Amino acid sequence: MTISLTPEQSTPLQPQGWLRYLSFSTDHKVIGLQYLVCGFIFYLIGGALAGAIRTELLTPISDFLPRETYNEVLTLHGTVMIFLWIVPVVNGAFGNYLIPFYVGARDMAFPRLNAVAFWLIPPAGLLLISSYFIASAPQSGWTAYPPLSITTPATGQIIWILSVLLLGGSSIFGGINFIATILKLRRPGLKLMQLPMYCWAMLGTSILVVLSTPVLAGTLVLLSFDIIAHTGFFNPSLGGNAVVYQHLFWFYSHPAVYIMVLPAFGLVSEILPIHCRKPLFGYTTMVYSIMGIVFLGLIVWAHHMFTSGTPPWMRLFFTIATSFIAVPTGIKFFNWLATMWGGRIALNSAMLFSCGFIINFVFGGITGVALAQVPFDIHVHDTYFVVAHFHYIVYGGTVFVIFASIYHWYPKVTGRLLNEDLGRLHFLLTFVGFNLCFAPQHWLGLNGMPRRVAEYDPQFELINQLSSVGALLMAISTLPFLLNVVLSAFNGAPAGDNPWDALTPEWLTSSPPPVENWKGEAPLVTEPYGYGTPAGELPLAATSGPELWKLGNSDQRS
Amino acid sequence: MRIPAAILTLITGMALVLLGLWIGQNINLLPVDASANAPVYDELFKVLFSIGTILFVGIVGLIVYSLVKFRRKPGESGDGEAVEGNLPLEILWTAIPAVVVLFVGIYSYDIYDRMGGMAPLNDHSMHAMGGEMEESRTWGGISPVSLESDAAAAPLPIDVTAMQFAFIFHYPDAEITSGELHVPMGQPVALHMKANDVIHAFWVPEFRLKQDVIPGQPTLLSFTATRPGRYPIVCAELCGPYHGGMRSTVIVDEPETFEAWVNQNSPIANAAPQTPVQS
Amino acid sequence: MTSLSSSESLSQQEATEAHEHHGDFRMFGLATFLVADGMTFAGFFAAYLTFRAVNPLPSGATYELELVLPTINTLLLLISSFTFHRAGAAMKRNQRALGQRWLLISAALGFAFLAGQMKEYFELPFGLTDNLFASTFYAITGFHGLHVTLGGLMILIVWWQCRDGGRVSQDNLFPLEAAELYWHFVDGIWVVLYGILYLL
Ligand code: HEA
Ligand code: HEA
Ligand code: CUA
Ligand SMILES: [Cu+2]
Repeated sequence: MTISLTPEQSTPLQPQGWLRYLSFSTDHKVIGLQYLVCGFIFYLIGGALAGAIRTELLTPISDFLPRETYNEVLTLHGTVMIFLWIVPVVNGAFGNYLIPFYVGARDMAFPRLNAVAFWLIPPAGLLLISSYFIASAPQSGWTAYPPLSITTPATGQIIWILSVLLLGGSSIFGGINFIATILKLRRPGLKLMQLPMYCWAMLGTSILVVLSTPVLAGTLVLLSFDIIAHTGFFNPSLGGNAVVYQHLFWFYSHPAVYIMVLPAFGLVSEILPIHCRKPLFGYTTMVYSIMGIVFLGLIVWAHHMFTSGTPPWMRLFFTIATSFIAVPTGIKFFNWLATMWGGRIALNSAMLFSCGFIINFVFGGITGVALAQVPFDIHVHDTYFVVAHFHYIVYGGTVFVIFASIYHWYPKVTGRLLNEDLGRLHFLLTFVGFNLCFAPQHWLGLNGMPRRVAEYDPQFELINQLSSVGALLMAISTLPFLLNVVLSAFNGAPAGDNPWDALTPEWLTSSPPPVENWKGEAPLVTEPYGYGTPAGELPLAATSGPELWKLGNSDQRS
Repeated sequence: MRIPAAILTLITGMALVLLGLWIGQNINLLPVDASANAPVYDELFKVLFSIGTILFVGIVGLIVYSLVKFRRKPGESGDGEAVEGNLPLEILWTAIPAVVVLFVGIYSYDIYDRMGGMAPLNDHSMHAMGGEMEESRTWGGISPVSLESDAAAAPLPIDVTAMQFAFIFHYPDAEITSGELHVPMGQPVALHMKANDVIHAFWVPEFRLKQDVIPGQPTLLSFTATRPGRYPIVCAELCGPYHGGMRSTVIVDEPETFEAWVNQNSPIANAAPQTPVQS
Repeated sequence: MTSLSSSESLSQQEATEAHEHHGDFRMFGLATFLVADGMTFAGFFAAYLTFRAVNPLPSGATYELELVLPTINTLLLLISSFTFHRAGAAMKRNQRALGQRWLLISAALGFAFLAGQMKEYFELPFGLTDNLFASTFYAITGFHGLHVTLGGLMILIVWWQCRDGGRVSQDNLFPLEAAELYWHFVDGIWVVLYGILYLL
C-alpha cells in the first residue's frame, strides 16, 4: 500500500543493520522477527521455570523450592508460556512476517500500530518477571481464581494483572491489524478464496482475539478493584460471586486456546503441500472448518467449570458443544492426511515436526474430547490428566509447529538453509522427550495426583521421575536447535530464493526479501497450492522480476 | 488389483477396531473402584479409551504409511497428483466424527444420568437440612446413585467445611466432628460442603468424584461407598501454599463397624451427662 | 483502558499517511476496535446480570435508582449524537464555522452529561464498596464516563482541527468521522447501559 514510500524516504527514518531489530521499526518483517526472538527468549525463561517444576517434583516432598515459590513458579510458567511465547509467536511473529506477502501487500494495514503492539510485549514480560524480584510473584496459577487471587500477596497479583492487560492490548491491536490487512489490503484481483490457508487461520484467530480478549481485560480490571479497592465482585465474603469470574475468565481463555492453535493449523497447511508436492486437500472445507471452530470456540467455555457447581443443563450444553469441535478439527486433520496421501514427500525437519504435530495433537484432541464429557471430567478435572492434555496440544501441537515453521521459513529469512542432521537430532530429542514427559502424566491424573502441588503421594514418585527425565531431554533438545540457528546464519548452505520450489507468494521474491517485499509489483497468486500442475499452466501474473518464476524447470529441485 | 486393496483396507480396519476394543477392555489405568458410580465411570472410560485408541492408532498408522509409501526416492523429482478435494470423502470424514461424537455425547449423558448428575439439586437436599443454612441455594454436584431407588436407606448427611488447609467433617445427627471422613458401606452419603476462605475441591479418586467447595455457595455431593478400606481425600483446587498437603482420608466401614465408631465418638450416643463440646 | 493508546496510535498513523489513498480502512480499523471495546462492556453487563440473578443483596440495599437525572442525561447524549452528525454534515459542505459551532455544542452536551453523572454520584446513597450492586454500578458507569471524557476531549481536538487551515478539511475528514463514529458508539453503549442498569 505504501507505494509512494520510496526506499530513499524510509531509509533515514529507521536504523539499518541488526540495530533495526532493537528499534521502533514499522517493517512487518522486522516486527515479525522481533516477535519471534522475543518470544523465544521468553520460551527459554518459561522452560527454565518448567525445569524448576520438574525438579521439585522429583521427590514426593516439597524440598527443592519453598511452597510459595513453587506456586509462583508454576504461575509464571503458565503465564509466560501462553502470553509471551505461544500467542505472540504464532500470531505476531508468523502473522506479521507472512500475511502481507500472502495478501500481496508491502506492509500491514497499520504499521505503526503494529510496532506499538510489539513494543508492549517486552515491557509487559519484564514487568511480569520482575514481580518475582520486587515483591513476590503471583501465586494463584495462570487462571488467578478469586478468592485465592485476592488473598495472596497483592503486589504480585496486581503486577500480573497489569502485565496481562498490556499483553491483551497488544494482542487486540495485532488482531485489528490482521483483520484489516486480510480483508482490506488485498492486492487488486486477489479473491478471498484464493488466499493461502494461513490467512484464513489468522482471520479466524483475530476474530476470536477481538471478541474475547476485551472480556478478559474487563474482568481483570474488576479483579484489581477487588484487590486494591476492596470491592466485592468476586469476593464471597463481601457478597460477591467467585464463579462469575470463572465464567468471564474462560470466556476469554477457552477461545485463547484456539488463538494458540488455529494459526498453527494455518502454518501446517502451508508447510505440508510444499513438502508433499500436492495441492492442499479440501481448501473450501478447511475454510469452513476454521470458521466453525471460531464459532464453536466462543460457546464452550464452561467445560473448564464442570465441578464449579454449574447447573446440569449448562453442563449438558457445554459437553455437546465442546464435543462437536472435534468435527471441524477432524476435517482439517483428515484433509492433511489426504494432502500427504499420494504425494512426493520430502521428509525433512519441517515435515518431521509437522507430522509430529499431527500425531501429538490428535492424541491431545482425543483426551480433550474425553475431558469434555462431564462424568469423565468430574474425576480428572484439575489433575495431571488435564496437564497432560494441554501440554500435548500446546507443546506437542503448537510448539512443534513453531519449530516446523522455523525450519521451513529460515531460508526465506536468512537466505541460508538449516543443517538437516542437527534438525533431525532436534526432532528426535524433542519428540522422545516430550512424550516421555507428558504421556505418563495421564496415568498420574487418573490415579489421583492433582495438579499444582509441590508435594504428592509417594506412590507416584517413579512416574514423576520418568516425566522429569523427559523434561530434561526436552531441555537438551534446545541445544542442537540453537546451535543450528546460530551457526547456519553464518555457515549454512546458500538456499537461493526458493529452495522448496514453493508457490506461495513469499517465495516469489528474493531471500531475504527486500524492504518493501517485492522489487516490482506484487505477484498475483491465485493458486497458492497449484502443485502437480504441468509447468507453465499456472495462472501466475508475476511481475516482479525474472527470478520469480523459475518454476518452469521444477525438475531441478533437490 | 482393486479388490485386494479394498479387502486389505477392510481387514486393517477390522483389526484396528478389534485392537481398540481389546485395549479399551483390558488395559486398566484406573485405581480400584470404591463407590457405586465408579463402575459406571469405568464403563465410560473403557468406551472412550477404545474409541480413542482406534482413532489414534488409525491416524498414526496412516501417517506412518504415507511417510513410508510416498516418501520421495533419491533423485526423484516432480509433483504428486493435483487432487484438490473429493466431496464424498470429505462428507465421509465429516460424518464419521459427527456420529462418533454424537454417540459419545449421548452415551456420556446416559452415564451422567445414572450417576445422578442430572437430578435437580436445589430441592430435596436442602429441605432435609431443615433450613439450617442461611444461603438459599445449593449448587452443583452429583446426586446419589441409589437415592431414588433405595428409599429405605436414607442418605446420611454430613457437613463438610473446607479451609486452608484442612477438611472438617461434622455429623449433624451424631454431633461428631472429625478430621477424617467415616462412612458406612452401602448407605448413601450426602455431603453438604462449605468453604471458609478460598475455593477447594473435594476429590476421592477411588470414588471417581470431585466437587469444588466454594465460599459463599454451598455445594452438595452424594455417593454410596461400596468397598471397605481407606482412601485418600485430595484437595484438587489450588488454594494456597499448602494445597499439596491438604489431604485427608475417607474410611469406608462395614455398617456395624461404622455404628460402633459413631457410638464411640458421639457425645449423644454416650449419653453422658456432660454437654457436647463440639460446636 | 485500551482506548487511549489505540486512538493515539491511530492518529499518529494517520498523520504520516494522510496523503495516501487508503483512508478507508482506518475507519474499518476503528470500527473493529469499537467491536472489541463493546465486548468489554458486554462482559460487564453479563457480569452485572448474573450477579443480579444469583446474588442476593444485603437487606436494605436495592437495585432501584433515581431516574430523573439519568433520563435527562440520556437525552443530552442522544442530542449530542445528533449535533455531532450536523457538524459532520456541515464540514462535508465545507462550512467550517457552522461545523465548529455544532462541534462545540456536542462537546458541551458531553460535558454536561459528565457533570450530571458527577452530581448523581454525589447524591447516591451508596459508595463503591457498599454492596455488589454499588460496585458494579460504579464500575460500569465509571468506565463509560471515561469513554465520554475521552470523547469530549476528542471533540475539542477535532474542533481545533476544523478551524480555517486546520487539518480537517473536505478531503481529510478522517479525524472528524472517527470521532463521530466513536461518539455514536459511546452513546449507543449508554442507551444499553441505561436500559440494563436503570430501567430493568
Ligand atoms: C492450544 C490449546 C488447546 C486446544 C486446541 C485444546 C483443544 C481442546 N480441548 Fe483443551 N485445554 C487447554 C488447551 C487446549 N485445548 C488448556 C491450556 C487447558 C487447561 C486450562 C487450565 O485449566 O489451566 C485445557 C483444558 C480442557 C478442558 C477442561 C479440563 C478440566 O480442567 O477439567 C476440556 C474439557 O472439555 C478441554 C477440551 C478440549 C477439546 C474438546 C478440544 C478440541 O478442540 C480438540 C479437538 C481435536 C481433536 C478431537 C483431534 C482431531 C480430530 C479427529 C482426528 C476427528 C476424530 C475425533 C473424534 C471423533 C473424537 N480442554
Ligand atoms: C503454553 C505453553 C506451555 C509450554 C510450551 C509448556 C512447556 C512445559 N511445561 Fe507447562 N504449563 C503450561 C503451559 C505450557 N507449558 C500451563 C498453562 C500450565 C498451567 C499453569 C497453572 O497451573 O497455572 C503449565 C503447567 C505445567 C506443569 C504442572 C505444574 C503443576 O500443576 O504443578 C508442569 C509439570 O510437569 C509443566 C511442565 C512443562 C514442561 C516440562 C515443559 C517443557 O516442554 C519445557 C521445555 C523447554 C525447556 C526445558 C527450555 C529449555 C531451555 C533451558 C532449560 C535453558 C535455560 C534457560 C535460561 C538459562 C534462561 N507445565
Ligand atoms: Cu484446598 Cu487445595
Ligand atoms: Cu477449553
